[in-house]
Amino acid sequence: MLSSVSRSVLRQARPQFRVQSLSQLQRLLSTLAVLEQNNGKLNTGSLSAVTAAKKLGGSVTAFVAGGSIKSVAEEAAKVEGVEKVISVDNAAYDRGLPENYAPLLVENIKKGGYTHIVAGHTAFGKNLFPRLAALLDKQQISDIVAIESENTFVRPIYAGNAIATVESSDDIKIVTIRGTAFAAAATTGGSATIEEGVDPKSECTTEWVSEDLAKSDRPDLATAGKVVSGGRGLKSKEEFDKIMLPLADALGAAVGASRAAVDSGYADNSLQVGQTGKVVAPQLYLCAGISGAIQHLAGMKDSKVIAAINKDPDAPIFQIADVGLVGDLFEKVPELTSKLQK
Amino acid sequence: MSALRILVPVKRVIDFAVKPRVNKTQTAVETTGVKHSMNPFDELSIEESVRIREKKSAPGGVEDILAFSAGPTKASDILRTAMAMGADRSFHVEVKEGDDLEPLTVAKLLAKVVKDEKRNLVFLGKQSIDDDSNQTGQMLAGLLGWSQATQASKVEFEGDDFVKVTREVDGGAETVRAKLPLIITTDLRLNEPRYASLPNIMKAKKKPLEKKKLEDYGLDTTRRLKTLKVIEPPTRQGGGKVEDVDGMIAKLKELGAL
Repeated sequence: MLSSVSRSVLRQARPQFRVQSLSQLQRLLSTLAVLEQNNGKLNTGSLSAVTAAKKLGGSVTAFVAGGSIKSVAEEAAKVEGVEKVISVDNAAYDRGLPENYAPLLVENIKKGGYTHIVAGHTAFGKNLFPRLAALLDKQQISDIVAIESENTFVRPIYAGNAIATVESSDDIKIVTIRGTAFAAAATTGGSATIEEGVDPKSECTTEWVSEDLAKSDRPDLATAGKVVSGGRGLKSKEEFDKIMLPLADALGAAVGASRAAVDSGYADNSLQVGQTGKVVAPQLYLCAGISGAIQHLAGMKDSKVIAAINKDPDAPIFQIADVGLVGDLFEKVPELTSKLQK
Repeated sequence: MSALRILVPVKRVIDFAVKPRVNKTQTAVETTGVKHSMNPFDELSIEESVRIREKKSAPGGVEDILAFSAGPTKASDILRTAMAMGADRSFHVEVKEGDDLEPLTVAKLLAKVVKDEKRNLVFLGKQSIDDDSNQTGQMLAGLLGWSQATQASKVEFEGDDFVKVTREVDGGAETVRAKLPLIITTDLRLNEPRYASLPNIMKAKKKPLEKKKLEDYGLDTTRRLKTLKVIEPPTRQGGGKVEDVDGMIAKLKELGAL
């Protein structure tokens, strides 16, 4: 009697248990991908976050905020893999200032009950996410290059000289991803519903004053298929512009620079490739006058093909370059440019 | 304008010029017998604090500069360097080698120091070159509810406690303005750190360095992130050299890069 009762109890308990575990599973797999926008346009580079979110499995919700956000939300709704878009229409969020954007995310995360919050490891993500993580009392996982499971991530440390696999015990994972490791999600094929998010209207203690963006018709450095990069060997800004820019145009490439070139004023800081600058992984990385210090390699060694021109045959760059040419860049680069133009 | 009471957290890391090696058990990077120095971004923080005092660029002046480090015994050396560069005094919270604190824990620790020591400006490096997290400054700002200006390339003071900071962002720079108290993280273009001169190194030995205990801050230091393994990145094999530009073009075509 007793045993049959307990058996029936068990039998009843089993489906319940199953349902419960399923809901737990669903709770385990719900990601909020925080997308960037500039002046009413979705930043497609930030769609790498959607790709990473999809890899986690489970539902993917995209988050956008800013003034006249409607068109951005509609763009985000078409992104492949996005099930829902949360949009908050308030010009106070236009500049992505973390003082009010982080509390905004906290409220929306509380409401949505997400387990993973993902953004690109970009200036926006780097500025915002740690503040968000602190408000939620979670330890963020920065700049991941791979997802092993819903709580295990792979990230480079020591300027990419070591690769660490880390496991998070936090119930909400705050993650920034390396854009070059996750291709941006397709901007078509999705049909997400758009929902209005909660707006706590927190006061922003920082005032945005101005911006000074380097204007360029060339492809964006971080996402370009080809990058040409110059170093200290260029000797001056005039030479940098005279030698490197025509090569970039001949290849349809973005322009990058080493820290030495940036520090010497040959190139703008936003062009810096390396541990402290941008991390790129184009099809072709062609560099001239760059010796190949580890800090620079940290920013480009995942490129598919690396080509180097340097007059020092012992420069470390030749140890990793697929194609090396020893010679004076002032001769070789213009020759290369003219031959490519043909 | 209020006088600045600056806190500069500094971290002892493997010297930036050393190529780190993963240990045999693949649990971490080999640190024994490896040259360590101050995290390069933290040098910029110290330098900027000292320059603000020297150039009298803050209307209220600088009351004092407190350097802080949480790390192994040898982190004291880094604090001495900070004082030789111009910090007035320092705190050292000793942490056992290998028991590194996570950014969130460091931020919580710093939040307590900020309150205890009534700081109104904290300069941190934008990231440490070992863990490459780029989190602590922002987390501290979040915990304190203060304004933050990350990746600063220029810091200017205005009346009424306002600070204007130019930040390095993707594609260029942007300028933000906030009122003290404030958290600033430093980017490479901010300044060029000075070398500590021998007389200043000698003087720094007399400056106060207070040893603190982690337990005194009553923090939970349990790690949320467990490192499962650390490996060397796949090594890239160079493809050798070509003779001339034609050779380079041919090889690039062969590799499908052109």
